[in-house]
Amino acid sequence: MGAAALRVQGLSAGYGPVRALSGVTVEVPEGAVTAVLGGNGAGKSTLLRAISGTLRFHGGAITAGTVEFGGRRLDGRAPARIVAAGIVQVPEGRQVFARMTVADNLRAGSLGAAGGRAAERRARERVLELFPVLAERARQRAGLLSGGEQQMLAMGRALMAAPRLLLLDEPSLGLAPMMAARIADTVREINSQGTSVLLVEQNAALALKVATHAVVLENGAVALSGTASELAASDEVRRRYLGVGHEAGSEDTAAGAAVFAAHADGAPPTLRRWSA
Amino acid sequence: MTVFSELLIIGVSLGSVYALIALGFVIIFKSTEVVNFAHASLLLAGGYAAVQAREHMPFWLALLAGVVAAALLGVALEFLVIRRYRGRDHSVLAIVTIGLDIVLLTELARQIGPDIFSYRDPWGSRLIELGSLTIPQTRVAALITAAALIGIFLLAFRFTSWGVSMRAAAEHRETAALMGIRLGWVSASAWAVAGALAAVAALFLSVFPTTGLDRDTGLVALKAFPAAIIGGLDSTTGALVGGLVVGITEAMATGYQNDLSFLGSGIGELAPYLVMVLVLLARPAGLFGTRELSRV
Repeated sequence: MGAAALRVQGLSAGYGPVRALSGVTVEVPEGAVTAVLGGNGAGKSTLLRAISGTLRFHGGAITAGTVEFGGRRLDGRAPARIVAAGIVQVPEGRQVFARMTVADNLRAGSLGAAGGRAAERRARERVLELFPVLAERARQRAGLLSGGEQQMLAMGRALMAAPRLLLLDEPSLGLAPMMAARIADTVREINSQGTSVLLVEQNAALALKVATHAVVLENGAVALSGTASELAASDEVRRRYLGVGHEAGSEDTAAGAAVFAAHADGAPPTLRRWSA
Repeated sequence: MTVFSELLIIGVSLGSVYALIALGFVIIFKSTEVVNFAHASLLLAGGYAAVQAREHMPFWLALLAGVVAAALLGVALEFLVIRRYRGRDHSVLAIVTIGLDIVLLTELARQIGPDIFSYRDPWGSRLIELGSLTIPQTRVAALITAAALIGIFLLAFRFTSWGVSMRAAAEHRETAALMGIRLGWVSASAWAVAGALAAVAALFLSVFPTTGLDRDTGLVALKAFPAAIIGGLDSTTGALVGGLVVGITEAMATGYQNDLSFLGSGIGELAPYLVMVLVLLARPAGLFGTRELSRV
């Protein structure tokens, strides 16, 4: 399917005088998984906040550009409208409601959904099938779950709204490698059931395995973009984000050059870090 | 022993009325992170609306009118004033509510003047004899009504979608917003519930043995501050326990005033604050409060 589900175009955003994003363009085609890579402070979380409409909680705002989902403009909308449109975010650090039970957390996730009780029941069945451990822990306080279980709860809670697009902010953060791999499998499964995913990760190796497309953010701008396999093969990404030695990448230069096309000025992206 | 039992029942009854006020105070704090100093004027406005309505309609309808009026006033304050300051420092908002309180209390005092209004309630000054105990009917009615309202509130807080949104928003506003919970609606409903509970409290603060509703009735709401603070500002359980502690302390200190004459008269008014200071010395976040509330 060629129609872009989520289309972020020329998006700039900032917190007061601090500019966090400048002219970012990202697409998540319908049914695809797009990964957003980048280091700390690259603007990854700001991008997700801009899409979810929660910049105002941090004193930020969109200054230019558009966010479109299924052809409808969503920038500047209230978070509840964006959830109702089918976009739900799993926040960084999971942010489960620690003092509420697992069952109540899931219920909170369904509050923004349009459907009634029948839709809620269907969503709950799907979530508990995906994460059986949540059924076992239903009566427990969410704060007592392990980190991995909390990540499952956070994802399950988001799925309760039956989103068409799931935004994941660093789902592998602070998890053991085994658990991170399980989360990656789960993202694939959620995607195979028809939900598009925008995956923000510092763990580039993991993200590029799951994603079909990827962009690299640097200093609030898109430094690279392309298909996941192109990026995984690119010298630049291998050296900077995958920790692979420079010498291994010489034959990849051509593939790398192709994805640099995103750069209007043609300057090598390595310089951007210093030019800002 | 008879005196003690009577005082205990009166204390619990008084405490349950304070708990109604403190509960409203706490849910506003939980859902909007605002320390609402305008609570006293919400209470007085609800009471005044009810006694005015009483001129034209039967008691229960008038009480309902007062409850609706206070709820609407709460929503209006939230919508017209508090919401405009969204994203500002919480201390700014607290000061805004002090301003609101001054404006509202001044206007209400002007309306009420020196008059004392009676609810002309169905209980009057009748007494109930329970074995050797003699208790005013109004105190029993207050206890039953407050217990019922608190019970309904707690059930709703625990089991309804409204309760889940309130608790989610109280725990983390941004994450609640990400779930599609409308924070504006959550906060407006908190103000409405707080207003309604305060209006009911106004009734029981104005009936026998009190003479009636006058312009100082709102000041009694100030006793809900030590109640909420003793319990912990962000805990509904704390509001209930704090209310009872304040009510019982006040009733006991007033009842045994003669034995405490070395402390001077009026110790009943002072005792709740003494208890508050002692509790805060031992537990700075209150009995049931969350400890990391220092950012407020």
